Amino acid sequence: MTDLVSDLTPLSPARTGATVEFRGLRRAFGATTALDGLDLTVEPGELVALLGPSGCGKTTALRTLAGFERPDSGEVLVDGEDITGVPAHRRDAGMVFQSYSLFPHLTALDNVAFGLRMSGIRTAERRARAAELVELVGLPHHTGHYPHQLSGGQQQRIALARALALRPRVLLLDEPLSALDAQVRLTLREEIRRIQQQLGITTLFVTHDQEEALSMADRVAVMRAGRLEQCAPPAELYERPATAFVAEFVGVMSRIPARPGADDGTVHVLGRSLPVSGRLPGTGAAGGTGDVDVLVRPEAVEVTADENGTSRITGAAFLGATSRLTVRLANGAEVAADVPTHAMTRLPVGAAVTLTLAHRPVLVDRRRASGGAGS
Amino acid sequence: MAGLSRIRYGRAFVLLLTGAYFLVPLACAVAFSIGAGTPGRSIGFGAYTGVLGAGGFTDSLTLTLKLAAATIALVLALLVPALVTVRLAAPRLRTLVEIVCMLPLVVPAVALVAGISAVLRWGPDHFAGTPVFQALAALQDQNFPFVLVLAYTLMALPLAYRTLDAGIAAIDLRMLVEAARACRAPWPRTLLQVVLPNLRGALLNTAFLTLALVLGEYTVAAILGYQPFAVWILAISGSQAQMSVAVSVMGLLVTWVLLLVVATAGRAHHPKETS
Repeated sequence: MTDLVSDLTPLSPARTGATVEFRGLRRAFGATTALDGLDLTVEPGELVALLGPSGCGKTTALRTLAGFERPDSGEVLVDGEDITGVPAHRRDAGMVFQSYSLFPHLTALDNVAFGLRMSGIRTAERRARAAELVELVGLPHHTGHYPHQLSGGQQQRIALARALALRPRVLLLDEPLSALDAQVRLTLREEIRRIQQQLGITTLFVTHDQEEALSMADRVAVMRAGRLEQCAPPAELYERPATAFVAEFVGVMSRIPARPGADDGTVHVLGRSLPVSGRLPGTGAAGGTGDVDVLVRPEAVEVTADENGTSRITGAAFLGATSRLTVRLANGAEVAADVPTHAMTRLPVGAAVTLTLAHRPVLVDRRRASGGAGS
Repeated sequence: MAGLSRIRYGRAFVLLLTGAYFLVPLACAVAFSIGAGTPGRSIGFGAYTGVLGAGGFTDSLTLTLKLAAATIALVLALLVPALVTVRLAAPRLRTLVEIVCMLPLVVPAVALVAGISAVLRWGPDHFAGTPVFQALAALQDQNFPFVLVLAYTLMALPLAYRTLDAGIAAIDLRMLVEAARACRAPWPRTLLQVVLPNLRGALLNTAFLTLALVLGEYTVAAILGYQPFAVWILAISGSQAQMSVAVSVMGLLVTWVLLLVVATAGRAHHPKETS
């Protein structure tokens, strides 16, 4: 595949991606608000994943950029040019859809060449370029196959080649892997990322799979109820979430009831005093007496078997090298904790345990009515 | 075991009964057309061989085929863009479009033609000397009465709607259209080069049903005073009964062959490469 990628270089000499900007995008479908003032800038050549729960507006944002939805207000800019009123077929954006969108009446090669045909490129040239792209996506022996003769993964590869054939300024991927099985997803997402980096094409990738977003994207834009919650590189998003929603949506996060320390910078949790790394919006005044929760990742929680412990293991899930325990605290809150699988013999379900947090700064949020492990 | 046999005999009986229902009248028609069973007549295929030379046969068949072609074109030109638009842009109008398209089912052909006649009689008095008068005259041209195309289009709407709607429902129309638009295809080319090829089966079926309807339609044409194929068959039945039945039998066979062709073409899925 690496060799094939280098083959594409002549297709797009000195390509630089375009800048994409959403400015105050609003879009409502009846009583449902899909976009509620979305602001986002994607830098040239960047892969930004739009991540969020169903109905958060991520697909609507992508479709607005593609020209399939018209915003009620706001602007879409590509390289500073307002394209809000430009029809879809003049937007210069390649798109790969969630479900298999190949034209059933055309062969793989004809599918890839379709856009070139629409652009009036001569037969010989478009066949050559289409063949090159089919090779790029690793299917040189399938040019004569019809979509129904291809597997799901192969269809999405051809769809990617079709989207790239026109050398678009922007590549839009609308959950292109969600219909594929796990192994194919893994392979294909690596290939998509490699091709995207090779071409340097600005790419927006819609997904509800956080693992996909975190592993592929330069930055991940987490959306909620039509608005952007946070847009940051994956590591920053995981380690320094800007809101409680991001904290609990990205990765697994447990809430442990805590008490603010005497001074502003500490919090008492699980019997020890820990420094506070940051307060999420809405947390009570600094140094106040309001109840708070400490947000912790499963890997930050240490579990020790202890006959006198007040916590109890209520569940265990095998994840491979590690296992994830669900531990119920004395106050009823549930905490997820990762332990090495070999340590599971000492930590059976039902065992009494003690939880310890490493002496590291922790994230604090105001207390919720019901605690428990987030996901 | 006895139960199974009973079911098998039961099936055979139903099949026999159904077959008899269709085949006995057909066999009788064929027998009559070749002169079998008529005392004093020798059996022969004279009625069939004489069809081509019969007065009015070519004219009426040509007229009917021209009318059928125009009707098919008009039905498809009206319905395909309408149904695609309703699916993509105005799904709420779907029920309305369905009701409008189904309406001709409850309007008898006689009532339809009575209305058309009234308009055609009333129009010239009020629009004499205007382009509308010219248009009404052109509609009733004896060589190609377009008024029949309009009437047939109305009558074909229910069948065409059902067939096309089912065809459109069977494909992911929105996805195909958006994929084509993302590949820089403007609307007309999206419709012609992506949507229509994927509706091939539905288009062929619609065309076939419309053709069958036009081939067999008698009431409207007869009352308006034109002589397409079905009217001609009845006209000659008085003087050449055997030939009229022979033509009907041939028409039936041709329809069956067409049905097979459509079914085969709809199933085949190997269009030639176009890139």
